[in-house]
Amino acid sequence: MENPYIIKQISIFSENRPGRLAAIAEALKGAEINIFAFSIAEADGFGVVRALVDRPEEAYRALTDLGFRVSFTEVVGVKMRDEPGGLSEIASILGDADINIEYAYAYSGRDAAVLILRVDQVEDAIRQILERGGELLEASRFR
Amino acid sequence: MAAWNPRIEEMPRDELQRLQFKLLKMLVYRLYSFNDFYRRRMKDAGVHPDDIRTLDDVRKLPFMYKRDLRDGYPDRIFSAARDELVRYHVSSGTTGKPTVVGYTRHDVEIWTESLARAFTSCGLGRGDVVQVSYGYGLFTGGLGAHYGAERIGATVLPTSVGNTERQIELMQDLHVTAIACTPSYLLHMGEVAEKMGVSIQDDTDLRAGILGAEPWSEQMRERIQDWLGIRAYDIYGTSELSGPMFTECTEQKGIHIWGDLALAEIVDPETGEPLGPGERGELTVTILQKEALPIIRYRIGDITVMDDGTCACGRTHPRIGRIQGRVDDMLIIRGINVFPSQVEHTLMQIPDVGRHFQIVVDRRGALDTMLVRVEVAEEAFSDKITDLMVVKKKVEHRLRSSLNVGVDVELVEPGSLPRFEGKSKKVIDRRSM
Ligand SMILES: [Zn+2]
Repeated sequence: MENPYIIKQISIFSENRPGRLAAIAEALKGAEINIFAFSIAEADGFGVVRALVDRPEEAYRALTDLGFRVSFTEVVGVKMRDEPGGLSEIASILGDADINIEYAYAYSGRDAAVLILRVDQVEDAIRQILERGGELLEASRFR
Repeated sequence: MAAWNPRIEEMPRDELQRLQFKLLKMLVYRLYSFNDFYRRRMKDAGVHPDDIRTLDDVRKLPFMYKRDLRDGYPDRIFSAARDELVRYHVSSGTTGKPTVVGYTRHDVEIWTESLARAFTSCGLGRGDVVQVSYGYGLFTGGLGAHYGAERIGATVLPTSVGNTERQIELMQDLHVTAIACTPSYLLHMGEVAEKMGVSIQDDTDLRAGILGAEPWSEQMRERIQDWLGIRAYDIYGTSELSGPMFTECTEQKGIHIWGDLALAEIVDPETGEPLGPGERGELTVTILQKEALPIIRYRIGDITVMDDGTCACGRTHPRIGRIQGRVDDMLIIRGINVFPSQVEHTLMQIPDVGRHFQIVVDRRGALDTMLVRVEVAEEAFSDKITDLMVVKKKVEHRLRSSLNVGVDVELVEPGSLPRFEGKSKKVIDRRSM
C-alpha cells in the first residue's frame, strides 16, 4: 500500500530569467490547478521550482506540453508546533537515524506552519518522525 | 582483396616520398616555365624551383585559395591549351562566380586511377554492380564514380539522383552490390524502400555504400550499417582536386590519400604553419600530376587530422580522418582554434544533455570567454540543485578536455536552443559587436 504521508511534489527546471516563474504559474492556472506550496532554488544561471499542487499528474502534463522539464519528487510535510526548537527537533530526529535532508522549505498551512522535507530515505523518515511524536501531513490533504 | 596497383600502393614509405619529391620538382619547374600565374606567385613569394631541395620544401611554396580559382574564371590559370582539354566540370559558387575545372586526357586518367584504387580498397571489383546515384553533369560526383567503377571491371548503373522508387526497383532487379551517393540520400532511399515494403538489408544484394559529398558522422555510419546491413565507406574530394578521389579502405580507419597523386599537408588555419600527425588543422593539397588546372598547396577549408602510420590493409599511403568541420566555422578562443563540430561531437557522448547547443563568445577585459548553452536531458533532470551542478561541471570538464580551452556551461530549458543548422544562431560572437 502507498504510504499516506508521501506527498508528490512536482519539480520544474527553469532558467533564471524574467518571466519563467510567471509562465509556470500561468500554465498551472490555465489548467485550473491549485498551488499549495512553492519554492525556488537557484544556482548558476538556472533554478528548480518546486511546487505542491492538488493534481500533480495534470500539472506535469500541462508543463511538459509547454516544453518544461518536469519530474515528480516524493516529499513529506511536517507540522511545526508553535514553540521554539521545532526545526532542530526534526533535524535531530533524522540525524539520529542517519537520514539526510536534501532540502527543506516552509509554507504556512491552514492551521500550522508546515516544513516540506526532501530526504534520502522517505519511508524511514516517516517512521522515525511518527515514532518520536512528530506530526505529518497526509498527502490526501492536497487533493 | 589485392590492391589495384600494389607496386604503388604498398611502396615503402621512403620510396614513396622520393617519388613525391621527384613529381613535385617536375611540377614546379613546369609551372614556373610555362604558366604566368604560378610563376608570378612563386616570384612574389621569393621562391625559385631550385629552392625545392627536399619534400618538406613544399612549405616554401605559396598557398592557393578558392578566390584564386574564382579570379581566374573561366580558364585564365589553366596550364593546358584549349584543344588539349577533354572535359569541363563546373562547381556552383555559393558566393560569386563558379569555378571551372578543365581536364586533359591525362587528368581524367589519374582521377580514374585514383578511384580505381579507392574502390578496390573498399573490396569492390569485377562482378560488382555499382549504382551511381551522385548527380551526373557539371558536378563531378557522378562521372567520377562512374569512370572509377568501370575501370575496376564493375558494372555501372548510372541512375544519377532522383526517382527513388525506380532506383530501388533497379537495385533489386539488377542485383546492385554497391551504391555511390550522399549518406542522406541513402537514408532517404532506406525510408522509401520501407514504404514500398522492401528491406534493403533482406531484399537486395547491397553490401557497400561509398558515401560523401556532404558532412556526416560516425554515428550516422553506425546507423546506416546497422539498419541497411552494408558497410559504409567515406569518400573525399572536391572539384578543384578533380572530384571525389579518395576513400577509406575496408579497415574504415581513415581515407588513404594516394601519395603519388597528391601531397597532403595539415596546416594551422590561422598561421599556415605545418601541423604534425594527429594534430587537427586545415587540409592543404598539392595535386602532383594535374595538367589542365594545377593545384599547389590548395587550402580546401576542410578540417581534419592526418595519420602517418601504416594501415593494417598494407597500403603505405597516409590517411586523413573524417572531415570535422570547415575553417569558416572556426573560432579562436584565447589563441586556441575551436570548432563548433567538436562541441557537438563531445555533447553527443554525454547522455545528460541534448545534442543542441549554442556557443556565446565574449571578452572579459583582455580574456576571451566561451559559454556553451546546453539543454538538460530528461534522464538527467533532478529536483536537487547539487545533481544539476554535477551535470554542469561534468559537461564543462568534458568540453575543456576535448577543446583544450576553459568553457562555462549554462543549463537551459529543453527546446530553447535553435534547432536548425547554421552558424549564425549556433555561435554568437560578442567580441566583434
Ligand atoms: Zn588501409
